[in-house]
Amino acid sequence: MIKRVWLLPWIGLFVSLPANAAWEVNITPGATAIAREVYDLHMIIFWICVAIGVVVFGVMLWSIIHHRKSRGAEARNFHENTAVEILWTLIPFVILIAMAIPATATLIKMYDSTDADIDIQVTGYQWKWRYQYLGQDIDFFSSLSTPREQINNEAAKGENYLLEVDNPLVLPVGKKVRFLFTAADVIHSWWVPDLAVKKDAIPGFINESWAIPEEPGIYRGQCTELCGRDHGFMPIVVEVKPQAEFDQWLADTRSAAQAQAAAATEEWTLEQLMERGEQVYNTSCAACHQASGQGIPGAFPALAGSPMVTTDIDAHINIVLHGKAGTAMQAFGAQLNAVDLAAVITYERNAWGNDTGDSVNPQRITELQQ
Amino acid sequence: MDTTLSPTVDTTEHGHGPAKGLGRWFFTTNHKDIGTLYLWFSLLMFLTGGCMALMIRAELFQPGLQLVQPEFFNQMTTMHGLIMVFGAVMPAFVGLANWMIPIMVGAPDMALPRMNNWSFWILPFAFSLMLSTLFMEGGGPNFGWTFYAPLSTTYAPPSVTFFIFAIHMMGFSSIMGAINIIATILNMRAPGMTMMKLPLFVWTWLITAFLLIAVMPVLAGVVTMMLMDIHFGTSFFNAAGGGDPVLFQHVFWFFGHPEVYIMILPAFGIVSEIIPTFARKKLFGYASMVYATSSIALLSFLVWAHHMFTVGLPLAGELFFMYATMLIAVPTGVKVFNWVATMFHGSMTFETPMLFALAFVVLFTIGGFSGLMLAIAPADFQYHDTYFVVAHFHYVLVPGAIFSIMAGAYYWLPKWTGHMLNERLGKAHFWLSFIGVNVTFFPMHFLGLAGMPRRIPDYALQFADFNAVASVGAFIFGLSQLLFVYNIISCIRSGERATDQVWEGAHGLEWTLPSPAPYHTFSQPPVIK
Ligand code: HEM
Ligand SMILES: [Cu+2]
Repeated sequence: MIKRVWLLPWIGLFVSLPANAAWEVNITPGATAIAREVYDLHMIIFWICVAIGVVVFGVMLWSIIHHRKSRGAEARNFHENTAVEILWTLIPFVILIAMAIPATATLIKMYDSTDADIDIQVTGYQWKWRYQYLGQDIDFFSSLSTPREQINNEAAKGENYLLEVDNPLVLPVGKKVRFLFTAADVIHSWWVPDLAVKKDAIPGFINESWAIPEEPGIYRGQCTELCGRDHGFMPIVVEVKPQAEFDQWLADTRSAAQAQAAAATEEWTLEQLMERGEQVYNTSCAACHQASGQGIPGAFPALAGSPMVTTDIDAHINIVLHGKAGTAMQAFGAQLNAVDLAAVITYERNAWGNDTGDSVNPQRITELQQ
Repeated sequence: MDTTLSPTVDTTEHGHGPAKGLGRWFFTTNHKDIGTLYLWFSLLMFLTGGCMALMIRAELFQPGLQLVQPEFFNQMTTMHGLIMVFGAVMPAFVGLANWMIPIMVGAPDMALPRMNNWSFWILPFAFSLMLSTLFMEGGGPNFGWTFYAPLSTTYAPPSVTFFIFAIHMMGFSSIMGAINIIATILNMRAPGMTMMKLPLFVWTWLITAFLLIAVMPVLAGVVTMMLMDIHFGTSFFNAAGGGDPVLFQHVFWFFGHPEVYIMILPAFGIVSEIIPTFARKKLFGYASMVYATSSIALLSFLVWAHHMFTVGLPLAGELFFMYATMLIAVPTGVKVFNWVATMFHGSMTFETPMLFALAFVVLFTIGGFSGLMLAIAPADFQYHDTYFVVAHFHYVLVPGAIFSIMAGAYYWLPKWTGHMLNERLGKAHFWLSFIGVNVTFFPMHFLGLAGMPRRIPDYALQFADFNAVASVGAFIFGLSQLLFVYNIISCIRSGERATDQVWEGAHGLEWTLPSPAPYHTFSQPPVIK
C-alpha cells in the first residue's frame, strides 16, 4: 500500500499530518488505467462539490454573522426574483453536463470487455469465491484464512486481518482479464478497489467486467453485497505476477490437481481421514454447523447426535454431495475433491461422540461423482 | 400570505373536550390526539432503533467480535434500518401532519377521522409483530432493510413470514394516512385558502402523500411475491425455477427510491416554515419551492436503478439512470439556494428550532453532495455498498429527516402544550446532537472511500481508528437524545406560558389560535383574504 504523507480532509482544506495508513481517507488511485480514470473523476466531482459548498455555506455564514437581529439587522422585503431563480437553475444544469461528459466516456470504456486474453469465471458461494480459468483446466476455491482465534480476540491480529485467503486469484501482468461473475446461492458482489472492479455475482445470471493490471503486486478486496452470516468474512486477494511466474503457477497448479486426483485412488486409514476431515470441516462446514457440531438452533441443524449423520451412510453422503434444495446447505460435490469429501464425511461420523466407526473411502465418492 | 381570522375557538356550542381515561386514546378521532399518539410512538421507535444502532456501533468500536455474533449483528442492522424508516421517521411526519395540517388549512379535523384512528392503531401491532421475530427460533429478519432475494426468500429464517405480514400492515397504515391527508388538503381548506397560499409544509405533505399512494402498493406487491415464493411454490425471484433475483431489486427500488423522498419532502416543508419565522422575512421563491418539490417527486420515479449500478444493467440503462439522477440535483439546489436567500438580509435570531433548521440546511447539503458523487456511475462502482453510502444516507436521514422533525417539535411544542421549552436545554441538546452526528457520520465517508464495506460485523485493522471515533460520536448523539425527552416532558408539565404567536416572526393560521391549541378548532372556518 502507498503510504500517504498528506491527508485530504473532506472539508477541502489540506492539513498536514504524519504518515499514517490507518487514517486513510480517500479512494485508491488504483493499479489500472481505468482505476486511475475513476480516481480522477472522483476527485473532479469532489472539488466541484467543495467549490459549490464554499459558495453556499459562505453566503449562509455571512448572513448568519451580519444579518442577525442582535446586530440590529432589519429584514428586507424581497421574496422572489424570477431572473435569479432561473439563473440558479441553469448554472447547476451546466455544471452537471460538464460532469456527465467525462463520466460517460469512462463508463463506455468500462463496458468494453471485448478482446480479452484470459477469461475467468468467478462464482460467489456462502462464503467463499470459486475461480475457474476457462479453457485452462484450473478451478479452485478461495476462502478466508484468518484464524477464528484472531476474530474472537483470543490471538493477536495479523497484519492482513480479514483480508487474507488460502488460495488467491493469480493474474498475469499487462493482460486483459475478463471476469464472468455468477453465484451459487445468494447474491454476492466482487470488489477489488485497486482494479476498480465491483460487480454483482447473481445466481442464474452472468455478469462481465475486466481489468488490465499494470504492476505485479497483491491487491485486496471484499464481498460487498450482504450475503448472510459470514458476509464480512469473504475477502478477495488478487496476486498479479509477471508472465513467466504466472505460467509457472499455472503449471504447478495443474500438477497439484493431478496429484489430488491420484490421492483419491489410494487407500486411506481412519486416522488419516479424521485428521484431514477435521481441517476440511473447519474451513467448509463450521461456519454454519459450528466447530462443536452443535449448529445454531433454528438456523443450522446440529450434526452431533443427528440421525442423518449417525445412521444411513448413503443419505449422509448424498446430502453432502448434493446439498439440500431451498436451504443454505450447499452441494459440496462440486466444491471439494473426493479425498476431502471422504475425509469430512468420515470426520462427521466419528467426531463429537458420534463414534460410528464408519470410514468412507475416496474411491466410493469418485464413483458417485461419475 | 395575509390571514385574518374570525373568532373560531368555539368553547360553548361544541364544548365537549376529550373523553376521560384510556378510552380517549384508543377511540379518539381527534386529529390532535392522533397526532400526539403518532409522535409519541415515533419517539419510542426512534429510541428503540437508536439502541440497536448503539449496539452496532459498540460492536464496531474495535476490530474483532466482542459483544455479538454475526447473525445477531445482521438482525440488528436490519431491524435498526426498518424501525428508523418505518417506525421513527414516517410516523413522526404523519404525526406532524395530523397535528398541523388541519390547523394550517383552517379545517376542524382531518377529512376521515375514523380511518385516522385506524391508521395509527395498526402501527403498534405491526411493530410488536416485527420486534417479536427477534425472539423466534432462527431469529428476526437478517437480510438488510432492503431484503434482497434470494437471501430473504430461499435463505431466510422462518420468521420472515411475520416480517412480511408486518410490512403489509405498515403499508396499509401509510396508505390510509396518505388518503386522509390528501382528502383534508383538497377538500377542507378554509375559504380563500387557494393552493398557492398553502403553507409549504402542507404542500410538501400533499406531494408526499401522492408518493405514498403510488409506491406503498409496490412494496406490498414485492413482499407478496416473496410470500408466494416461500410458501406457494412460485419462482418470481428464484433463478433455478426460471425467476429473476434482479426483478426483486427493480420492484423494491421502484418503491424504495420514492420512499427516501417520502422521508425528506415533509422535512423541506418544515424548514421552509421555520427559517422565514426566525429570519423575519418571507420565504424566498415560494412558487419555485413548490415546483422544485414536485419535480423532485416526479424525478424520483425515474431513478430507481441508481441503487443497482453494479447489478449488470446494460450501458444504455446505466447512462439513463445516471443522467436522471444527476438531474435531481437541480431542483434540490434551487431549494437550498432559496433557503439561503431567505436568510440573506433577514433579521435572524437563533432559537432552538432555528438552530436545528440551519443545521438541516448545511448537513443535508453535504448529504446531497455525496449523493451527487454517488450518481456518477463509474465512481459509484467504488462507493456502492461501502460506508460512504452509510455516511451519505445518514447525512440525509439524521440531520435531514430527524433534525427537521426535532426542529418542528421545538417549533410547535409551545402551540401544542401552551408552555415554552427550556431554551438552555434545547440548545444543549442541539449542540450535543450536532457534534455527535458529525463525529459519527463524517468519518464514515473516509471509511467507505478507504474500502470498508457496509453491513459487516468486523473489519480490517486499517479501519480501526475511524470506527472508534464514529462509535464515540454515536454514543454522544444517542445519549443527548435523553435531553430531548426530558425537555418535552417538562414542557408538557411546566414551563413559561406561551403566547398565541409564540415566536416573534411567526405567520400562519396556527399562530392565530390560543396556546395550547384548544381541543376543537375552526368549527367556524376562518376567512383568508
Ligand atoms: C444514533 C444515530 C444512528 C446511528 C449511530 C446509526 C448507525 C448505523 C449503522 C452503524 C448502520 C449499519 C451500517 C451498515 O453496516 O451497513 C446503520 C444502518 C442504517 N441506518 Fe442508521 N444510525 C443512526 C440513525 C439512523 C436514523 C435516524 C435512520 C433513519 C431515519 C437510520 C437509517 C438507517 C438505515 C436505513 C440503515 C441501513 C440498514 C441496512 O443496512 O439494512 N439510521 N445505522
Ligand atoms: Cu458475499
